[in-house]
Amino acid sequence: MTSINVRVDGMSYSDDVEPRTLLVHYLRETLGKVGTVVGCDTSNCGACTVHLDGESVKSCTVFAVQADGCEVTTIEGVSSSDGTDGALHPVQKAFHEMHGLQCGFCTPGMIMASIDLLKENPSPSETEIREGIEGNLCRCTGYQNIVRAVQQAAGEMSGSPAGADTLGAQA
Amino acid sequence: MIPAPFAYARPTTVDEALQAIAEGGEDVKILAGGQSLIPVMRLRLAAPETVVDLSKVSELRGVREDGDSLVIGAMTTHADVVRDPLIQQYAPLIAEATETVADRQVRHRGTFGGALAHADPAGDLPAVALALDAEFVIAGQNGRRTVPAADFFVDYLTTALEEGELLVEIRVPKLTGQWGMRYEKFNRVAQAWSIVAVAAAVRREDGHIAEARIGLTNMGPTPLRARATEAALAGAAATPEAIAEAARSAAEGTSPSSDLNAQADYREHLVQVLTRRAVSAAAGL
Amino acid sequence: MTVTEDAATLAPAKEVGQPRRRKEDARLITGRTTWTDNMVLPGMLHLAVVRSPVAHARITGIDVSAAQQAPNVVAVFTGRDLAEEQGSIPCAWPVTPDMVNPGHPSIAVDQVNHVGEAVAIVVGRSKAAATDAVELVDVDYEILPPVLDMEAAVAEGADLVHDQLESNTSYHFVFDAGEAGTGADTEQAFADAEVVVSRRLVQQRLIPAFMEPRSVVVQPQGDNFTMWSATQIPHVLRVMLAMVTGVPEHKLRIIAPDVGGGFGGKLQVNPEEVLALLLARRLGKPVKWTETRSESLMAAHHGRGQVQFIDIASDREGNVKGLRVRLLADMGAYLRLITPGVPALGAFMFPGIYKFPAYRFECDGVFTNKVPTDAYRGAGRPEATFAIERIMDELAVELGMDPLELRRKNWIQAEEFPFTTVAGLEYDSGDYEQATQKALELLGYDELRAEQQRRRESGDPVQLGIGFSTFTEMCGLAPSRVLGSLSYGAGGWESASIRMLPTGKVEVVTGSTPHGQGHETAWSQLVADQLGVPFEDVEVLHGDTAVSPRGMDTYGSRSLVVGGTAVVKAAEKVVAKARKVAAHLLEASEDDLEFADGKFSVRGTPGATVGIQEIALAVFAAHNYPEDVEPSIDAEATFDPVNFSFPHGTHLCAMEVDTDTGMVKIRKYACVDDVGTVVNPLIVEGQVHGGLAQGIAQALYEEAVYDADGNLTTGSFVDYLVPSAADLPHFDTANTVHAAPGNPIGAKGVGEAGCIASTPAVVNAALDAVRHLGVSDILMPLTPERVWRAIHQGGDGGDRATAGTNAYGGAQTESTAGVSTPASSLGGDR
Repeated sequence: MTSINVRVDGMSYSDDVEPRTLLVHYLRETLGKVGTVVGCDTSNCGACTVHLDGESVKSCTVFAVQADGCEVTTIEGVSSSDGTDGALHPVQKAFHEMHGLQCGFCTPGMIMASIDLLKENPSPSETEIREGIEGNLCRCTGYQNIVRAVQQAAGEMSGSPAGADTLGAQA
Repeated sequence: MIPAPFAYARPTTVDEALQAIAEGGEDVKILAGGQSLIPVMRLRLAAPETVVDLSKVSELRGVREDGDSLVIGAMTTHADVVRDPLIQQYAPLIAEATETVADRQVRHRGTFGGALAHADPAGDLPAVALALDAEFVIAGQNGRRTVPAADFFVDYLTTALEEGELLVEIRVPKLTGQWGMRYEKFNRVAQAWSIVAVAAAVRREDGHIAEARIGLTNMGPTPLRARATEAALAGAAATPEAIAEAARSAAEGTSPSSDLNAQADYREHLVQVLTRRAVSAAAGL
Repeated sequence: MTVTEDAATLAPAKEVGQPRRRKEDARLITGRTTWTDNMVLPGMLHLAVVRSPVAHARITGIDVSAAQQAPNVVAVFTGRDLAEEQGSIPCAWPVTPDMVNPGHPSIAVDQVNHVGEAVAIVVGRSKAAATDAVELVDVDYEILPPVLDMEAAVAEGADLVHDQLESNTSYHFVFDAGEAGTGADTEQAFADAEVVVSRRLVQQRLIPAFMEPRSVVVQPQGDNFTMWSATQIPHVLRVMLAMVTGVPEHKLRIIAPDVGGGFGGKLQVNPEEVLALLLARRLGKPVKWTETRSESLMAAHHGRGQVQFIDIASDREGNVKGLRVRLLADMGAYLRLITPGVPALGAFMFPGIYKFPAYRFECDGVFTNKVPTDAYRGAGRPEATFAIERIMDELAVELGMDPLELRRKNWIQAEEFPFTTVAGLEYDSGDYEQATQKALELLGYDELRAEQQRRRESGDPVQLGIGFSTFTEMCGLAPSRVLGSLSYGAGGWESASIRMLPTGKVEVVTGSTPHGQGHETAWSQLVADQLGVPFEDVEVLHGDTAVSPRGMDTYGSRSLVVGGTAVVKAAEKVVAKARKVAAHLLEASEDDLEFADGKFSVRGTPGATVGIQEIALAVFAAHNYPEDVEPSIDAEATFDPVNFSFPHGTHLCAMEVDTDTGMVKIRKYACVDDVGTVVNPLIVEGQVHGGLAQGIAQALYEEAVYDADGNLTTGSFVDYLVPSAADLPHFDTANTVHAAPGNPIGAKGVGEAGCIASTPAVVNAALDAVRHLGVSDILMPLTPERVWRAIHQGGDGGDRATAGTNAYGGAQTESTAGVSTPASSLGGDR
């Protein structure tokens, strides 16, 4: 067992973990942060994406011991602490507004990846968004509404009107 | 899946790391960014006795100038490599290739040295290092030694690193003169490894190609140089025809594998097309 | 004119047709979800499955002693330990009376028949302990020759998958329109035909690859059991588990909490669900099993897997005269829930939208040493649509006709609906010309054709092609009597009930079980309109057999068409019951009452109104209600459709082909779908997008590849290529609307449309780009290598090498993933 100290979603934790414990298993099983999920074994799907010291990482491909002394943000920590609707992160809100999710399993990872992308590139083109979330697989949406959601969030976060096209060809 | 149990060491200096490796027992794995090692351990294709984690060895991070060379710390992450101004200026080929490695999350963790020490022939960076005549600085119990790229990649997933040694930095000669560069990558989906890729650096002089360096990804068990094409290009006219003619010999001396994505003969064809494209772009055509 | 406009502005907007944002999203975007794997129960034990590394072998011995002694291992079970109680995984669809079903043990007892089959189960106090001990179970196998290729499997003297059987053929299913009286004699039609075109097409095996891995938790409580499972079918699962395990149905409660996608892949009674129930019963403790992605790809059922021999007959002018289809359908090693029925479901759809006078269909279900196939998005219909849309293009080439012109000449005209096809189906409504016109405009067809011409003339290395798919599908599964006539083991009805709560809020209980579709939102819209209550006042309950006792669940684009209709019917009953109470409270005759916008009012008596939500409180208090009725306005309804519904559409794909490398790239994709009345355009569009992604992925990326030993080479997402956002194009989508006459909503179903229609459009586009270079077919997926070979070496691109990519291997660092190693004998050139 190895002792670690981490801050997760604004709370400090000290725990003894087996070195082989993956960060995602620590989050889910030790801390009960089940909003972050596991979708594959090979770091392809991105469902487990969290922020480690402010950068997106796949928490299934980081050992919990490697997060010692670090700050972790999960999907459960991106909105304001009371979790009320009005306090959603603009990216969360945009996923809802633009129907950027169906089953929702990839959604936490997709949102965390999108927030990270927008931090580096506040007004990405459609191609930049598609490439920026290439590490996250979604089986439901065909990605188009996810792209729209990221565009919408980019618009809102930069204070300009939504960069997205109007909602859906059929809406 | 969950990896098999292992002993864990987290040194903070190179000396401590060498010590930990020496004391780690029969089967020690060095954890750099972990973006290949951890999945392999999760699949239980690797079950090391000891894992030595380099993530806190801060002296291994960063890019600096040293005379005519750039020095890239082995633990510099892909993301840091991509945005480093020195690399942008003196070795944009590295930045261009690194940007194609996997995805953003992986680039935040994966490291330059780790990728090279892993020596996956489908990985993007070994061929780039080879094309740029990089040198590998290796630390061991008896001090440091430097190995040229041409000698570093020995076989499939095998390098000149001996037991107990550690790759600490990579020295890349600054290119001076009128160099153009291009990394031409071919894969079926964005996130995947290269089926074949070509790293080209071309120096032009008076409308001619003075020098071309071409590294090939996934054309054999190690990264390779397209020597025949390089020779044909030296002094050739910088024209599409001359480049196309030279690119026809890009597969000479390669021994590509056959897999789901490509059989060997198709790889041999692809490498010619990609070499033509990479060299043309690097030559500004 | 102004009068109606004013009325329209004053009345509350109808909910149906509104792009309502989904109610489901709130928990999903914040991570406050209830996936099965989130479940933790006191004393819960964890299961890990030891799986066969070989495709075909006799088990000659299993030594579990080392595993049993491993730390924190509670027990280890083999097939022998469970042989008496495990029964067989049920097959609900014996498509022919003499279909051969070898039985499907949940855990192998004497023999393994595919890689990944369960051979032992470790029960541990933690997941890690159980996983660690898997490696300690020692199994001896006596290797048998694997049967992998269907055409070889049905040849004389072939090795047998099941040596107790006489052959590898499970069944021979025939539909002959001449014999059925729905068409002319097919052999005669071909004998008389001026033109016959024949092709052998291949539908590769696919993996549903839902994002949430399967997971099951079972809690025993005395003689009762509660199972949480990531399933599409809690209701069907309950019945089947009761039959298989002998746990009485009324002692078994199944809960499907949030379920992360299914696509048919979770339409199953899984071996692991049976085993979890058996072990919870035996151990008296809660147990959990959650699969890894590798297990999922290897052991959850696959889809598709057909070799199609298709012949089309026509005259010189392009009037089609007959269609003949012979299939080899890959069952895999066993028959699961509807394994044999998938190709039979497609049997009636090969004629597509065309007026064939004669049609004959034959299918052999073939056993192979691979994981069983079963439903995957479209289930039988994508296969049929692919075949007909591909052969129509081939016929057009043969006749020198424009492929669209050929389709027009033969498709059912708008005024001909309802139209009974040569397969005996009555297509309900539609207008193929209208959808096609709209799609051509959306694509910018003329401009792209001109560009194609320019590229051809200049010999551009990048060629352009345009592919059509004018398709229909059979949705709204299903009329129970029709299912009965096809020997399906159950009905196709759906159930709903509505509970009017005292405060006027509404609980809707549905037997349809969503796993990402958005039932909670769409059903709320339906009920809001029917009852005139606010959208927000409706809560939709589902997926728990204790809450929703009757249901047939979600698959086959049936939820809105059948389940939504049941909701509407239940709402009608609520209004009818409320009307009696309203008449009583308003002291009026029922006949004088009008119901609109949630209020009953007395015609001609302004101010005499009572709202349905007030009536809910009135019957709760029950102080004052009519004597001849019960004090409740709750109601329940079961709807059994009389016909299928038939969405249709025109899908157009413009494809660039790099003739130097064989790389294909979708330049533009446009489609117009007619799915009947649209309840929520946002959800409908999302369903189309997702279907397109999967259909395009079949054409370009995905294939479950087995090597010569029967190892699944595409055993991780490194080699099984689910496309990312960067690999898919923008989709231009639109609708036409021809309401379905078979249900009061007018909806036809949309879940599978994109997946069914898109695959042939994409392949036809690629072929159109390189047809002039002598290419007439390319096997799916259209890997760059295959496209390049077809162009430069002729043929259909040929077989792929079966070795996995050489990514990974077990060393220091760098990028993503890759699984193939000598250790796992998954091939790969090292």
